[in-house]
Amino acid sequence: MPPAPVLFAQLLIGLINGSFYALLSLGLAIIFGLLNIINFTHGAQYMLGAFCAWFLLTWFGIGYWLALVIAPIVVGAVGIAIEQLLLRHIARLDHLYGLLLTFGLALIIEGVFRQGFGASGLPYTIPAALEGGRNLGFMFLPIYRGWVIVFSLAVCFATWFIIERTRLGSFLRAATENPALVQAFGVNVPRMVTLTYGAGAALAALAGVLAAPIYQVSPLMGGNIIIVVFAVVVIGGMGSILGAIISGFGLGLIEGLTKVFYPEASNTIIFVIMALVLLVKPAGLFGRAS
Amino acid sequence: MKLALAALAVSLLMVGTAPAQDLPNTIKIGVLGDMSSLYADNGGRGSVVAAQMAVDDFGGTLLGKKIEVISADHQNKPDLGASIARQWFDDQGVQMIGDLSTSSVGLAVQEVARAENKLIINSGSASSDIDGKACAPTALHWVYNTVSLANGTGAAVVRAGGDTWFFITADYAFGHALQRDTAAVVEANNGKVLGSVNVPLNTADFSSFLLQAQQSKAKIIGLANAGGDTQNSIKQAAEFGIVAGGQKMAALLAFVADIHSLGLQTAQGLQLTESFYWDQDDQTREWSKKFFAKMNKEPTMLQAGVYSSTMYYLNAVKATGTVDAATIVKELKSKPINDFLIRNGHLQDDGMLVHDMYLYEVKKPSESKGEWDLYKLIATIPGAEAYKRPQGNECPLVKS
Repeated sequence: MPPAPVLFAQLLIGLINGSFYALLSLGLAIIFGLLNIINFTHGAQYMLGAFCAWFLLTWFGIGYWLALVIAPIVVGAVGIAIEQLLLRHIARLDHLYGLLLTFGLALIIEGVFRQGFGASGLPYTIPAALEGGRNLGFMFLPIYRGWVIVFSLAVCFATWFIIERTRLGSFLRAATENPALVQAFGVNVPRMVTLTYGAGAALAALAGVLAAPIYQVSPLMGGNIIIVVFAVVVIGGMGSILGAIISGFGLGLIEGLTKVFYPEASNTIIFVIMALVLLVKPAGLFGRAS
Repeated sequence: MKLALAALAVSLLMVGTAPAQDLPNTIKIGVLGDMSSLYADNGGRGSVVAAQMAVDDFGGTLLGKKIEVISADHQNKPDLGASIARQWFDDQGVQMIGDLSTSSVGLAVQEVARAENKLIINSGSASSDIDGKACAPTALHWVYNTVSLANGTGAAVVRAGGDTWFFITADYAFGHALQRDTAAVVEANNGKVLGSVNVPLNTADFSSFLLQAQQSKAKIIGLANAGGDTQNSIKQAAEFGIVAGGQKMAALLAFVADIHSLGLQTAQGLQLTESFYWDQDDQTREWSKKFFAKMNKEPTMLQAGVYSSTMYYLNAVKATGTVDAATIVKELKSKPINDFLIRNGHLQDDGMLVHDMYLYEVKKPSESKGEWDLYKLIATIPGAEAYKRPQGNECPLVKS
């Protein structure tokens, strides 16, 4: 058993990774909730967000803070185009078609970027204001990592608040239950669907910008994380906003502990938990059985 | 008499051309590598281009037969690599397989080559088991191995005072071999290994493992990993203030593509061992210029190795007139090997191509004159020293 300070440090690290899982699974849950589409392009959209930040810095000299705003808008717009041009046409078909289409799109986007930029990634430095770190006594915490936790918690809370506590959110939730009826009340449901997909993609891009200074900006970054994030969403319950957030942070913690006690399994532990959850509660921890 | 002379002339003619009878209609060379994942920039498409360059420079045909290069992505999966190799040897008529990055795949393909008595020239795998306990009569190890990396970077770091080590190790054949061989060198130089952690291949976040290394209080954190894993380790070590806190990182295997990707700001001061750097001398620059024209990147030692080994292979086929693996290996082992990449080289009984290795240091941003001006040479390590195994070689082919 490692001493307590070591464990604190590892738990904190787990929480940081968990914030990426939470941000990404949040977008997936929103998209699944309203569009009934399992958005496999999410990883590619995360990668696009990071690349967008890199393009902005390298080609236009626009730094991190503006990238945090611009990249989600750009990738959100790409998402809207994808929804309008492709997803709309298969909305009435089985889940499987959406899955295959978005999976194919992800492969194409990643392939194009790998062709153009190679596999080893591009450097993106931490913004000057967030450089350095604090010694917390039990560990050295880079300021940037602290920022990631705080910022993603804020985004998660804001998203939850909009969906669960505002009028717009109530339209969204109603449209999830019964789109025809909501449309009959004069709400433009197709437009809402488009914007929701755009917002989901924007959330992925936001996570991508957050990740850019920590990992290499690489065409492979999305493919590596998306499988884990899917497991997180399944564990939380498909389409459940709160489930996505809580299981994102929770699984980050569990993964962090695995890295201390049995590091060889740190890539597998989340899938083991997913299998167990599916056996006991097939709809996920926070999901409603249909 | 006339008839006898004619018969002699015809038979002499046959001696001259007879070897060609043994050749298939197409000489096929397979490039089997990681084309899409974390090692793709070290070998990948660049290796295919390098093999094709060798074929073109050779003239495109061999004793009247066409030479063809085919390639495949093994996705770092040993089972997939082995089944592609088997299919290439059995159905496609491939005579030699090269590249073979990722040691687990290299070792799996080596077993296929052994069973089928076919030739592989491995430029990509690092594990010293390739030319150690798993050595095979028809397998050659061309560019480097974990012993030479340990004798290069490992020894240099210990001698400079880095006598306590913690390893962050990729959890498969390569990482374990690199840790084992480096630990042997560290201990032979009176150093001590304080601990290690096995990390799954292709991990994005190393902070947890870096913290464990930090808490071990070891002077040196040895990275027994490669490609994207090494890049993320180094980048995140800087973030967590590991180097600022007095510990040093030793990248036991880093390719020029990794350093280029990390940038000098993050990578400066790292020492690493390679068998090739594009800007080493006129010969390396001349070849690299041709490669750059095709790939728009400077070559890695692995890609240079694919060119070098393909060229030597084609010349050996030409000299012996056969594609028989044992004959080619015998021919290659009989002569010294020297080209733009390999200096003072000779093939050992175990299949390792022993040659000079180089210890480089990554330049500071202020010292660099261009995007690819990354290394300065610290020392040349003669082959005999670089490939010396402190504990001897378990390879059954080695006659002691």
